[in-house]
Amino acid sequence: MRTQAIDHMALLPAYLAAATAVAALVADLIVARRAVVLATTAIGTLATAVAAAWLGFSPDRETFCAADGCSYATTRPGALVAVTLCALTLAVLGLSAATLRDREGPPHGEYLFLLASSLTGGVVLAYARDLITIIVALETLTLPLYVLVSMRRKDIRSAEAAVTFLLASVAASALTLLGAALLYAVTGQVHLSGLSHALHGPTAPLTAAAVAMVIAGMVFKVAAVPLHAWAPGTYDGAPLPIAAYLSTASKLGGIVAITWVLTVGLTPVAAVSGGVLAAVAAVTMTVGNLVALRQTRAVRLLAWSSIAQAGYLLAPFGGLAVASGRTHAGVEAIAAAVIGFAVLYVVLEITAFGAVIGLRGERVDGGDLDDYAGAARRSPWLAGALILALTGLAGLPPGLAGLFAKVTVFSAVAPRLPWLAVVIAVNAVIGLVYYLRFSLRPLRGTPDAAPGAPLPAAIAAAACVAAAVVLGFAPQLVLHLAAISQ
Amino acid sequence: MNLVLVAALALPAVGAVAAFAVRQRNRLAKWVATGFAAAGFLAAAALPLASGDGPMWHRVNLPWAQAIHLRFDIGVDGVSYPLIALTALLTLLCCVHTTIYEPARGSGAVLAALLLAVDVGITGVFASVNLVAFFVFFEIVLLPMWAIIHFWGAEDRRHAAIKFALYTLLGSLLLLAGIFVIVGSTGTADIVRLTQSHGAGMSPGTQVLAFSLLGIGFAIKAPLWPLHTWLPDAHTQAPTVGSVILAGVLLKLGTYGLVRVGVGTTPDGAHRVAPVLAVLAVAAILIGGLVCLAQNELKRLIAYSSVGHMGFVLLGIATMTAAGINAALFGNIAHGLITGLLFFLAGAIKDRAGTGELSKLGGLRNAAPGLAGILGFTALASLGLPGLAGFWGEAFSVYGSASRGSALWITLAVFAALGAALAAAYLLRLLRLVTHGDSSPVVANLGSAAALRRGEIAIWAPITAGILVFGVAPWLLLDGFAGALIQQVVAR
Repeated sequence: MRTQAIDHMALLPAYLAAATAVAALVADLIVARRAVVLATTAIGTLATAVAAAWLGFSPDRETFCAADGCSYATTRPGALVAVTLCALTLAVLGLSAATLRDREGPPHGEYLFLLASSLTGGVVLAYARDLITIIVALETLTLPLYVLVSMRRKDIRSAEAAVTFLLASVAASALTLLGAALLYAVTGQVHLSGLSHALHGPTAPLTAAAVAMVIAGMVFKVAAVPLHAWAPGTYDGAPLPIAAYLSTASKLGGIVAITWVLTVGLTPVAAVSGGVLAAVAAVTMTVGNLVALRQTRAVRLLAWSSIAQAGYLLAPFGGLAVASGRTHAGVEAIAAAVIGFAVLYVVLEITAFGAVIGLRGERVDGGDLDDYAGAARRSPWLAGALILALTGLAGLPPGLAGLFAKVTVFSAVAPRLPWLAVVIAVNAVIGLVYYLRFSLRPLRGTPDAAPGAPLPAAIAAAACVAAAVVLGFAPQLVLHLAAISQ
Repeated sequence: MNLVLVAALALPAVGAVAAFAVRQRNRLAKWVATGFAAAGFLAAAALPLASGDGPMWHRVNLPWAQAIHLRFDIGVDGVSYPLIALTALLTLLCCVHTTIYEPARGSGAVLAALLLAVDVGITGVFASVNLVAFFVFFEIVLLPMWAIIHFWGAEDRRHAAIKFALYTLLGSLLLLAGIFVIVGSTGTADIVRLTQSHGAGMSPGTQVLAFSLLGIGFAIKAPLWPLHTWLPDAHTQAPTVGSVILAGVLLKLGTYGLVRVGVGTTPDGAHRVAPVLAVLAVAAILIGGLVCLAQNELKRLIAYSSVGHMGFVLLGIATMTAAGINAALFGNIAHGLITGLLFFLAGAIKDRAGTGELSKLGGLRNAAPGLAGILGFTALASLGLPGLAGFWGEAFSVYGSASRGSALWITLAVFAALGAALAAAYLLRLLRLVTHGDSSPVVANLGSAAALRRGEIAIWAPITAGILVFGVAPWLLLDGFAGALIQQVVAR
């Protein structure tokens, strides 16, 4: 039997992320001081990001290769995703300062260990190229979150959120796993490249069912309709930084998994999956936006808005339904648009959560929209960050990043499915209503006296704003890296 | 000279940031804004100097984001230059206006900064040679203008502001969809190249689809009946400077875009859809005129009159003839000057009298002869009196329609001419109610407030001069339109 050659350099980011998790646990056992554990996790995350960036700028590597293909490939889009996940984790670490300082809050050792474990799953996912690795990585990303969601102790809503999330997520994972098993039964393949060869020719009904299951389970992670109902309650019950992580890093992980599976592995059945995802996208954005209109709680509004954004996120896949979207160049353009939009979106979303966390100070939840009245007078910079992020999510300047995100989606959707572009246009108009409504809250009324944001949270929020502004002027930084071939 | 082109965009942008930064010192900030607006106007006015050959006088073309076909690609030619200069002029005059009148609520300094931000967006749209950049600048206008209406407008401002924002966003996103239908099938977003190739690479069906999406987007902005309902609210509720910018240049984004992007890049699509556009445009002329006859509020009347006047512009474009498109481009400038001035005057009258109800005004001629005189002059220009700027655009768009020869186009020309008569009717009614007759109690009590102020004269004089000059010497504008690119558009 031939032994596999393993390229450990390609695995460096994954090793570092895993080591970060272990280091957080060990540091907590030995020193047990919050600042030390936090710093250890932050340094480890930073090292992971540096390794991923370095790999991104060196030639692509592949490892765990068998005759049918490789399980692990470092590409530029993968590096972009890995670095973004690390950056998001760093931001969440900063934003967790108030949560961890709270005596009744989560124990910091476990909290940071779980966060780093989740990051490990995300980093592996960015490079994974076979169904088993993808599913295991996705579960590694999600599993720690069940516990993290429940860490707003003393709050029954937090426990409810965790149970909802756990049940829904396990069901979705089972679905994906069953789909993967059926695909293996049909083709005998788990590698994405092997699948794309084996699936050529007419599509058997069993294959179609298997593909539908794989995708349905993954769509759950991005909270698309009909598997969206868990998101609002879970976000609102979770500690605020974890809600931020769920709506950014976890969602990025989900969309990356879908992208690899659809555009690398399942290209021969793209016509079917494209049509289904176009419909899912249209329904998701419509439901998300319409329900968001009625929200009065800040985090619930952000949750429904992120469901709507998941619709925009999936929309480019709809292009796979038409022939021009299934050419080699078409598939690459669609993948690049999805990843590009996802990265621009998570930057704005984390900025919005950063501003919310900063404005809420020591309080554990996001509160009602009315709680933000007059916030601009009390903390003008954080309120400015909130407005920048919300208008960005609405796709409008002053923060151009959101505008470019919208352009990216349209560039992929409009030439292939004009009707879907019109649906997106109408939805963006609905979205503007609630984004503007929330944006106006801090500008009116009188503020209540609330303690200011802790320094790490303020720094994290400032860094998010800086990233959003830079990407607003130079979107090509993301969009260029998101393209599979340069 | 390319530097001047960039400066025409950069100066207002820097001015907006600078004025916002020193907003706590209200007077200083307003003068900072005015200074940058003046510098921006000088840069814009100097654009014809040292113009190079080729379709554009000047062009700056830098890479930005290749993945979405976005380039920082701006240029200026005889079609865009008058609009860029008009935008810079009206922005400057509005900034001067803020230094004279502190708004009733909100900070005048922030208002001036927002005016400059709107200026950047509008100028950018007129200067864009890249379709995606065109859209980006189009979107930059939206929120500042929304804020101007929302925070500085009259009683019903919030409703008017959100209506404006939602309509505009829908229009701009349909525009974006149309843009990527074009870019997706031709592989380029370069407007000059697309215009020169007559949209080669797009099937007739694609052209119709692209032009329809672009057309609806621009029709909302222009606005074209029945997509106009945001306009009366927005123009009526906006503060004076907001109304001036809205009517003076913001509407032109729609008609300019229709010529430059719609007709320019998808000429076959435009030919097929043109009859629909023309019928709606004539409907707008007639309905706008009839509604104006029944209006009893000064600003609302002027707002509705824009629907009719822009109908003539749209009709000119829809004829797809050289005469019609030149008339449309001329009508753009004339309407910008005339209606801009009308809104300044309406603001001045409402400021003094405290009301815009036509029934409560009256006899302005006796109490405020200066004000009444300028109002009369502008109203005559607006109704299309030969010798003033309003005449050429409307007359030649009717001519362009008639010159198409078929029964449909001649019928449309007749109805449009009827609409011009309606305009005369409602503007003369306006003058009869406001300036003639005995002074109403409100007007009689004006006293010394009735006299023209020096600042007002300074603001109104350049616009009045423009109305006169372009009325007497229309070739000043028309010669510019005869440039290479627009010939590509109308030659077919």
